[in-house]
Amino acid sequence: MDLNDTPEQAEYRQEVRAWLDANKAAAPILQGEGALTDPDEILVAHRAWQGKLAEAGLAGATWPKEYGGQGIGPVESVVISQEMQQAGVPGILDVIGVGMLGPTIIAHGTEEQKQRYLGPMLHGDEIWCQMFSEPAAGSDLAAVQTRAKHNDDGTWTLNGQKVWTTNAQFASYGLLLARTNPDIPKHKGMTMFIVPMDAKGVTVRGLRQISGEAEFNEVFFDDVVIDADSVVGGEENGWGTGLTTLMFERLTIGLGSSSFGYRATRFAEAIMADPVAANDHEVRHNFGELAAELEAIRWTGYRSISALQDGQIPGPEFGLAKVTTVNCAVRAGDLIADIVGPEALDEDSEWAYMISFLPGLKSAGGTEEILRNTIGERVLGLPPEPRLDKGIPFSELRAKEKEGASA
Amino acid sequence: MNLGLSDEQQFLRDAAADAFSRVKTVEAAREAIEDDSALPDMWPTAAEAGWLGLLVSEENGGAGLGAYDAMLIAQEAGKVLAGVPLLGALPASMLLDMGGSDKTEAVAAGELKASWLPACPPSSIEPRWTVEPVEGMARPDAPAATVDGDTVTFNGTVGWAPDAGEAELLVVIGADSDGNPVAAAVEANASGVTVHAGWRYDATRRLATVTLDGASGAKLDLDAEQIARAWYLVQALIAAESVGTMETALQVCLDYAKERYTFGRAIGSYQAVKHGIVEILRRLENSKSLCIYTGFAFSDKPGEIAYAASCARSVAGAGLDFTARQQIAVHGGIGATWEHDAPLTFRRAQLNRRLVGGHGMSTDRVADELLNGRGPVVSVG
Repeated sequence: MDLNDTPEQAEYRQEVRAWLDANKAAAPILQGEGALTDPDEILVAHRAWQGKLAEAGLAGATWPKEYGGQGIGPVESVVISQEMQQAGVPGILDVIGVGMLGPTIIAHGTEEQKQRYLGPMLHGDEIWCQMFSEPAAGSDLAAVQTRAKHNDDGTWTLNGQKVWTTNAQFASYGLLLARTNPDIPKHKGMTMFIVPMDAKGVTVRGLRQISGEAEFNEVFFDDVVIDADSVVGGEENGWGTGLTTLMFERLTIGLGSSSFGYRATRFAEAIMADPVAANDHEVRHNFGELAAELEAIRWTGYRSISALQDGQIPGPEFGLAKVTTVNCAVRAGDLIADIVGPEALDEDSEWAYMISFLPGLKSAGGTEEILRNTIGERVLGLPPEPRLDKGIPFSELRAKEKEGASA
Repeated sequence: MNLGLSDEQQFLRDAAADAFSRVKTVEAAREAIEDDSALPDMWPTAAEAGWLGLLVSEENGGAGLGAYDAMLIAQEAGKVLAGVPLLGALPASMLLDMGGSDKTEAVAAGELKASWLPACPPSSIEPRWTVEPVEGMARPDAPAATVDGDTVTFNGTVGWAPDAGEAELLVVIGADSDGNPVAAAVEANASGVTVHAGWRYDATRRLATVTLDGASGAKLDLDAEQIARAWYLVQALIAAESVGTMETALQVCLDYAKERYTFGRAIGSYQAVKHGIVEILRRLENSKSLCIYTGFAFSDKPGEIAYAASCARSVAGAGLDFTARQQIAVHGGIGATWEHDAPLTFRRAQLNRRLVGGHGMSTDRVADELLNGRGPVVSVG
């Protein structure tokens, strides 16, 4: 049993560390003391930092070299994030673009698209957003209703609405899943598009969450006309293209932040500060339970890296880490607020944001129920629930839904 | 980074599985509830396999292996509910070896059966060495120890000690008048030793309540940290054993959920059933991760042994508790009858929950370590 790097990894780590040592003074401060507060300033500074990382080969490092990456493996990319964490500097700004959408374009895009979009994406010159989810298409993503109609001149006209769109307020482009043929079964009639966010008819509206902040957006499309060459991965192949994005999403979320910074040691400090709480049996029991599970997630992360290094795909422990992390953090937030009292809910308390953020995180990137379904079916081989939408044209399905809802 | 098993560890694990497969352990677990003699004596199995000397240094005739290796055997034992005396014998052999006992070689060779009497190290809310109460919630002080040269005399009672009933040599932990722990090897037939052996609920667990009334033995040269290590070793072994039991139960649940049909479809297709089974998997995988951490702490981070082993016992203990009930639920009524093995898992989980501090004490210890600034030191690369 060995937590150490291989000689090659150690060498790579030294390189990364040396670069960070020399350049971390240029990193923007986004959290804690001296942090930037103005959103525009944050955007400019974070964008510039991504550009610097890209030039050093530390952004999109798993991308192939021909598109500006380093062609390194997933374990080395973990080394980069570990070193950045250690150095106390933020990662790139456009995690969604570089981590998920870029790899999708690399896998399915045309050569022209790759040449045009990947460079500016990597350097943070053009930020991207992912426009998949809709008000009525979340867990059942293939139910998207945003409609793209082919025009006679080859262009497309978009109408519909997307939601949970991170970074849409300053994104240059979005990757959008739209329905192009409603008269065939729902998984088959979709197409993936690149949409310029400054196109006429695109409206971005912040979606305020419990905390009061708007980290997500709604995006509306009213007769938005987009070019013929904006299709990614072929017409009516939107589902296949989207699955690639979702695969990279799991990898990005899993390897990037298996604990989202919710560490037991951090929670311990808040409890220690109250001597009564620290000696209270019930507090200790609650805390001990959630701390031990969070500790498990740290080691689950190491297991995943060890598996990747062996050329294996990380196992089921990987997919369930999010469920454990979120539920433990929810418990920790409740426990700490119980100890601190209403002050923990004040805007300037370090706990208020976490407490407000977690209910949404429970559903983000797949609800807990969908995750349990997926793991039960794909990992444990349990049969799926019977479905009522298989093989039925999407338009017919929608008609049935309307009928059912009005009955 | 490499957290996989070495070739030697795979061999050790396979050999354990093979050794247990030659004894009908699950059948024995059921029959022994009614007929005490149905439980096979697993001391010879442990001796033949070399497990009694597994943690003993090579110069004292042992294999010189580590806690994680022992945990692999415990995991295999847990899979088939084998009543092998690991919880008593392994910590005893480790303390005898570290403490310089002249009995170590005989114990490692399986010629002398030794067992440890559990003693729990102090915490910030229970700042003294304690032992299992025979009854009730209050934990008694560890037996009072009087040291006279190389001899220690004990007075006190230790409840519910695994495997101690069959032992010829008891490794006893007491506390001197200053509250410091003292360990000694006491012959089971020495004057002043009374052993009440038996079992409760889970017939595969042989337990004993031992009363020491001026019983003397040879002092072991051990410090408090070494003595505490035995406690955490046993927490780790129970965690690993629980992992094995959960693995078997998960497979049994899966098989049934795929073949049992209600309302025209397999019950495993219903989300209520599926999500419950996935919850077993979640707890199992978390427990496995913590067992790896515990093995790593024993071999590389001695300062984190208390924390890691307590995390493992806490999560695996609660995990087995959940699994045992979920297994019954998945199987419906039949799961609560002797027609099925699920009640044996349940009996194991019920007793485990209260054994050697119960997993609740480990949960408290996790908090204690963190709240006193003794959490993990995380460094990478």
